[in-house]
Amino acid sequence: MRDELADVLKGHNADYVEIRLEESQITRIIYRGERLEEVGTTSSVGGNVRALVKDGWGFVSFNHADKLRDKVELAIKQARLVGKEDSKFSQIEPVVDIVIAKTKRNPTTVPLASKKQLLDEYNDIILSTPKIQTSNIGYHDSRRKITFANSEGTYIEQNKLDLNLRLTAIATEDGQVQQIGLSLGSQGDFSAIEGLQDQVREMAQRAVRLLSAPHAKGGEYTVVLDPVLAGVFAHEAFGHLSESDFVYENQRLCDIMVLGRRFGDEHLNIVDGAAVPGLRGSYKYDDEGVPAAKTYLIREGILESRLHSRETAAKMGEMPTGNARALNYVFPPIVRMTNTFIEPGSVSLEDMLSDIKEGIYAKDWYGGTTSLEMFTFSAAEAYMIRNGKLAELLRPVVLSGNVFVTLNNINAIGNDLQMSQGGGCGKGQQVPLPVSNGSPHIRIRRCLIGGG
Amino acid sequence: MEEILSRAKKVTEQAEVFQISSKRTPVHFQANRLKQIQTKESASTALRLIKGGKIGFSQASGFIEPETLVNMAMETYQFSMPAKFNFPSSNVYSQIDIFDPQIDEVTIDDMVELGEKLITAMRQHTPDILCEASVTKGIISVHIINSEGGEASYGKSFFDLSLEGVLIQNDDMLFVGDSQSSCRPIFNFKTVAKEVTRQLELAKKIVSISTKSMPVIFTPRGVASALMAPLVSAFNGKIVLDGASPLKDKRGEKVFDENFSLWDDATLPYQIASCPCDDEEVPSQRTPLIDHGVVSQFLYDLQTAALANTQSTGNGSRHGGLPTPSPSSLIIGEGDVPFRDMVKDIKQGLIIDQLMGAEQGNLLNGDFSGNVLLGYKVEGGEIVGRVKDTMVSGNVYQVLKQLEAVGQETRWVGGLLRTPCLYCPSLSVATKAG
Repeated sequence: MRDELADVLKGHNADYVEIRLEESQITRIIYRGERLEEVGTTSSVGGNVRALVKDGWGFVSFNHADKLRDKVELAIKQARLVGKEDSKFSQIEPVVDIVIAKTKRNPTTVPLASKKQLLDEYNDIILSTPKIQTSNIGYHDSRRKITFANSEGTYIEQNKLDLNLRLTAIATEDGQVQQIGLSLGSQGDFSAIEGLQDQVREMAQRAVRLLSAPHAKGGEYTVVLDPVLAGVFAHEAFGHLSESDFVYENQRLCDIMVLGRRFGDEHLNIVDGAAVPGLRGSYKYDDEGVPAAKTYLIREGILESRLHSRETAAKMGEMPTGNARALNYVFPPIVRMTNTFIEPGSVSLEDMLSDIKEGIYAKDWYGGTTSLEMFTFSAAEAYMIRNGKLAELLRPVVLSGNVFVTLNNINAIGNDLQMSQGGGCGKGQQVPLPVSNGSPHIRIRRCLIGGG
Repeated sequence: MEEILSRAKKVTEQAEVFQISSKRTPVHFQANRLKQIQTKESASTALRLIKGGKIGFSQASGFIEPETLVNMAMETYQFSMPAKFNFPSSNVYSQIDIFDPQIDEVTIDDMVELGEKLITAMRQHTPDILCEASVTKGIISVHIINSEGGEASYGKSFFDLSLEGVLIQNDDMLFVGDSQSSCRPIFNFKTVAKEVTRQLELAKKIVSISTKSMPVIFTPRGVASALMAPLVSAFNGKIVLDGASPLKDKRGEKVFDENFSLWDDATLPYQIASCPCDDEEVPSQRTPLIDHGVVSQFLYDLQTAALANTQSTGNGSRHGGLPTPSPSSLIIGEGDVPFRDMVKDIKQGLIIDQLMGAEQGNLLNGDFSGNVLLGYKVEGGEIVGRVKDTMVSGNVYQVLKQLEAVGQETRWVGGLLRTPCLYCPSLSVATKAG
């Protein structure tokens, strides 16, 4: 394969050309209430060619990998229509490597009957909880082999495994519908979703308790976020803004996001990196063949660096960070997060709560999105904090804020870092991309909560 | 695909093969200039079979041996749910215009020119705006055959023009945007340009707003971003069947304002969600969902309809798996109040044009809560400027139960929803204290 691709890549008049070929198998299992709605297997073969000519890009994706040379020529022709200036693309050392997926208990080799047995058990726990109306369970695992070659001599084969499970318990009473979800994932370890019986039972009971919970009153509060939600906060509120493809051609944003700008107090450190091993956003090389790194986005409250592809790094005069990722062969790689987290501080949860007269403790993730400046994210579980103690359960709350203000408003960082593996990130049409987020408990003053 | 069907027929009671192929050509502009031209070709084949009364399923993108696809589906059926339906035998499909051969004549150069003109128009209005735009053309062809003699095939063309602009001043970011889609080529950038210009004009000045309940007008984009997701979920026949829709036992009851009507329509000519039949060969139709406030019908595919003892509404749609009920084009009926009269009527209130994050709340219950990404304050019957750091929250059922007015003018949002403005007498607004 290596020689074949090298041959196809030879002798073109382009600044850079790459080929990606991909084979994958995905198994999905979906339950709705008692019905096992779908059990299916999808296999996929496809690929793409991306070409750079005079700073313009051409991209061709396909399912039929025949006549690869014609596809390379089409991508180059398209790039030539676009390109008008000198290309800027970071230099990296060509790599030849074959990466085997590391696995503890490979989900793709677990028999379908065993998967079903486990999910049946969880589903029974949810459905046997009084006042639970129904459940949703979505399970998928995938095995992927990606072959990457470029005109600089790089040839990489990467084998990847991924696993994701989302369980939802839906409770109803008197026309009210409440739901709680649990998301889990791993990079090729089926045991990550085993033994969850107690968690699932607790989740279903909590969905029922929500039926009688009051809504929060809209307004500004001091909020304490649990590690799961604080991880989503790190991802939404800051992570996306550090993706350089939003910044590199936007002079005003470059001025705002100038390295060295203070975003928070000295206790604040935010990191992203695929080189942090064993997490859902981990890999050895990104989808441009750049080795994974660990990047301090904010160190001691100050903007230190940002996430790059080879193009954005070259155009901003910075080093590539190995963050160019493509959901699959249908899309070109763009700058994405991998494993994003707030580093732990020293405050205990108890101390964090103790001096809050009235506030909100928000837990667990439901969703999140950002416009770069403004972000919103929602908690699946929330409690009032009164006089330093957790008080009544609330309906789920949506939190919103302005990134430039909110990071400065973090006034306590906990000592209990925890990574969450159930998330999938969306950007453009490329969703859901496996990522992980994490944080210790954090406290934010003056955070805006939508009321009910 | 005939070979797949004949192999599957040998080992099962019933089988169906669904094949879709597409070619799309997106032209992307970034930071006001042409950035990338793409050609995306895809082809996939899905096999659904019924054996021992149960449903098996497999799917492949790209080449696969017919035997492998059949074996993959055969591995799954034993774990799956019982099939309550038969694949349709012969159906008669009405002619729906969704293919325009003119699409072939549009060149890449034409598309580049269209995008450039749009961006030029925006920069003439607001020189500092940074635009991301895309112009996309494409064709899709669908072919379905089943063991009961049913067969359907059609081709569809599509064209899309979209623009997102950002204007940054100090630490403030203003986001504007619009898009337009059709099965026919779009030659004129002015519809999108006019809408985005309107947003820029209204958003020039930033004003503050207070935390309280107040009257709110949802623009068509506001309706799409704030109110539609809970409704789409509530009218999904599957969610009704699960008992998780608040409307599950409300058919025939008046739940919404009498001026509020909503229907699903897959038969509109040249709309991108139109087609002669759905993804399991059931003919397309127009389905009333809310008729003058009364809950009328829910959306069904074959299996869900059979489980609910009703008929499919032709809304079986595939999203990488088995068909599942999904809306085609959704239409909200127009009212009789012009937008300017709604604004005139408000002493202090808010116009919501884009709500971010609304779909993150408890959709099933109809709750929405989001950040007003683009919204304007109304004072003394006039729009006075754009609001920031503002959240609204409410419940779709409460909002739509009593509307102050339904707008006279309707427009398409993203090619999938046509709606007027909706004027709601009171909604909870929360904002930063300053």
